[in-house]
Amino acid sequence: MTYLEYDTSFEGLLTAIFEVYDRRLTEAHIRKSGYASPPLFTEIVVVKTDEQKAERVWKRLHDLFGPKGMRTLWKAWLSEDETIEDLILGTVRYGLELKKNVLSDFGNIHVIHLQQFVKSVGREKHRMEAFVRFQLTKDDLYYAVIEPDFNVLPLIAPHFESRYADQRWLIFDAKRKYGIYYNLDKTEFVDFTPNEMLHHNMPVADALGERETLYQDLWNDYFTNVNIPSRKNIRLHTQHVPKRYWKYLTEKTPRL
Amino acid sequence: MHERIREKLSILADAAKYDVSCSSSGSNRKNTNKGLGDATGMGICHSYTEDGRCVSLLKILLTNHCIFDCAYCVSRKSNDIKRAAFTVEEVVDLTINFYRRNYIEGLFLSSGIFKDADTTMERLVRVAKKLRLEQRFNGYIHLKTIPGASDELMKEAGLYADRLSVNLELPTEAGLKLLAPEKNRTDMIKPMDFVKNTIISLKDERKVIRSTPKFAPAGQSTQMIIGATPESDFQIIQTADSFYKAFSLKRVYYSGYVPVLEDARLPSLASQVPMLRENRLYQADWLMRFYGFNANEIVNEQTPDLDLEVDPKLAWALRNLAVFPLDINTADLEMILRVPGIGVKSAYKIVAARRYAHLGWENLKKLGISLNRARYFIVCKGNILEKKDHSAQTIRQMILGTSSSKFAHLNSVQYSLFE
Repeated sequence: MTYLEYDTSFEGLLTAIFEVYDRRLTEAHIRKSGYASPPLFTEIVVVKTDEQKAERVWKRLHDLFGPKGMRTLWKAWLSEDETIEDLILGTVRYGLELKKNVLSDFGNIHVIHLQQFVKSVGREKHRMEAFVRFQLTKDDLYYAVIEPDFNVLPLIAPHFESRYADQRWLIFDAKRKYGIYYNLDKTEFVDFTPNEMLHHNMPVADALGERETLYQDLWNDYFTNVNIPSRKNIRLHTQHVPKRYWKYLTEKTPRL
Repeated sequence: MHERIREKLSILADAAKYDVSCSSSGSNRKNTNKGLGDATGMGICHSYTEDGRCVSLLKILLTNHCIFDCAYCVSRKSNDIKRAAFTVEEVVDLTINFYRRNYIEGLFLSSGIFKDADTTMERLVRVAKKLRLEQRFNGYIHLKTIPGASDELMKEAGLYADRLSVNLELPTEAGLKLLAPEKNRTDMIKPMDFVKNTIISLKDERKVIRSTPKFAPAGQSTQMIIGATPESDFQIIQTADSFYKAFSLKRVYYSGYVPVLEDARLPSLASQVPMLRENRLYQADWLMRFYGFNANEIVNEQTPDLDLEVDPKLAWALRNLAVFPLDINTADLEMILRVPGIGVKSAYKIVAARRYAHLGWENLKKLGISLNRARYFIVCKGNILEKKDHSAQTIRQMILGTSSSKFAHLNSVQYSLFE
C-alpha cells in the first residue's frame, strides 16, 4: 500500500498518476498534501510536480478520453473531495486497461462515483451562475462574494466574462480566499480583495455606489411582490435555494 | 421619487405574477462587440419565491390600466385596485440595472390594454427596441403579444424579442366566451400564425442570405388558466397538443386559477388553487414533449381526467401492463422511456452503460432510478424482484404504500368544483 502526496495542483495529480505507472504500484492512493494523515505502516511518496511528466500523462489521457473527457476528469477534481484522486486513478486505470473511453460505463464503480461528483460540481457551477449578486461600488466595480461547496470559480469565469463584457467585476470566493477579476479586457485570478470593501466577508456599506441601495430595495420589492401567498410552498423554496446560500443573496437578507 | 418607483414596481410586479412563463432558455443571442449580456443555451433561475416558483426574468406589466373586463383577471376594468404605469425609460433602467447585478436573465414584459391593441403593442416594442439598440442589451426579452396587434408591429416585436407569446387564457372558446366575452380566439390565433410563418420564411431566407436578422429565436409559447372553467383534462391536453402541432409552440403553460375576485361565473374566493391538477398537467405535457407519448395515450374519452393519485406515466403503465416487463438490457430506448421511475437522463445512461456490460439492480440503483416504481415493470441481470403477476390495482397500492406524495396534504381537500 502506497500513499502518494501531491501539492494540490492538477499538474501535481497528473505527475502522481505518472509515478503510479512508473513505479508499477498496484495498490496506490493519491492524496493532497496536508490532508488527513494516512494509516500506519504505509509507504508515503511525496510527489514533486513535474511539468514534463504531467504533460505526458495529459497527452496519453487526452488520446483516450478526448477533450470532453479531460474536462470531465478536471470537473470531478474540482470537487476537492478527499477520495476524488482515487476515483480518477481508478477510472484512468480502467480506461487504459480496456483502451477505451470508459466515461459512459455507468456500471463501473469508479466511473459512476466519479460521474456523481461531476454532476454535483456541475450543479454548483450552475447555482453560482444564478446566485452571484453583484453590488456596485463607488469606483464602478461590480463586486460579489460567494462560498460555493466546490471550487467552481474556474468553471464560471467564462460565463461571466462573456455576459458582463462591458463592466468591471470581481467575484470573491470567501471560503478559498481567492477571486476572479475582469478588467474589461480579460479575467484573471486574484488572491486578495480590497480590505476596505470587506468586513467579515460582507461588502461594507460605505464602499457602495450612490444608487446601489435603491436597486437592492427595488429587487427586494420585486421578489416580495411576485410571490403568490396562496401557493406558499416553503419546502420547494428551500429545496431550490438552500439556506446555506442565503447569506449572500440580496433578496434573502433584509437590508439594515 | 424613489418611493414612487418602488410603489410602481410593487403594483406592476404583483399584477404580472399570474403569468406563469418563466423560461429564459432556447435563444441563441450572443454578446457581440463587448455589449451587455447574452442569451445562449440554458436558462438560469436566479432565485425562487416562497411559493417555490422560479425567478428568472423581470416579469412586469407596463401598466395595469385595462379597457377589458375579463372575469378571471385581477387587472380587469371593474376591479377597484391601485393603477400604475411605467414609462419606457423606467422599464429600460430597471432591466439594465437588475441584469448588471446578475438578478435576472432578462425582461418579460406584458401590459394591460390601455387604449387599443396597436397602441399597447407599440409601447412594448419600443421598450425592447431601446434595450437592444441604445443599451446594446443581448439578454433575454419575452414580449407578450397583444391580441389583435398588426402584422407590422408583430414583425418589429420579433426582431427585438427572443420569445413572443399570446395567452389563450382558457382551454376552450366556450370558456373564453363565458369569462372574457370581449376577447375572441381569432385575434389570438392570427399573431401566432404570423409568428410561426415568419420564423419559417426567415429560416429559409437565412440559407441564402446569411445576414437575415433573427426573428423570435426562442420561439413562441402560450398559457391557459386551469380550473376557472369546467373543462376536462382531456379537453385541455387536446388543446395543448393541437397548438403544439399547429404553431410549433415551445411551451404551453398551465396556470392553476388563483381566486382573486368574487364573481358568480368563477370558483368562490375560498376555493383552493388546483396545484395538484396543474402538476399532473405539466407531467402530461412533459410526456408529450420528451417521452414520446401521444396526447390520446395520456387522456382520452374513456378516461377524460388525469389520475390525481398517481402520475400520468405510472397511470399509463398500469393501463398497459401487457407491454411489461421490459428487459433493461435489450429494450429500445423509446420503451425504456415509458418505464415509471426512469427519467430521460437515466434512460440515456442505461443505453450507454449496457454497451459495456449487462446491468443489474445495483447498477440501476446507482444510476438514480427509482426502483420502488420501476421494479414492477422491468427485468435485468440478477434475480427477478417481483415474482408474482400483480394486478394493476395491487401495483398501484404497493407503490402508493411506499411513497409519500408531496401533495398528500392537498389530496383530502381537493375536489372538483363542478361535480
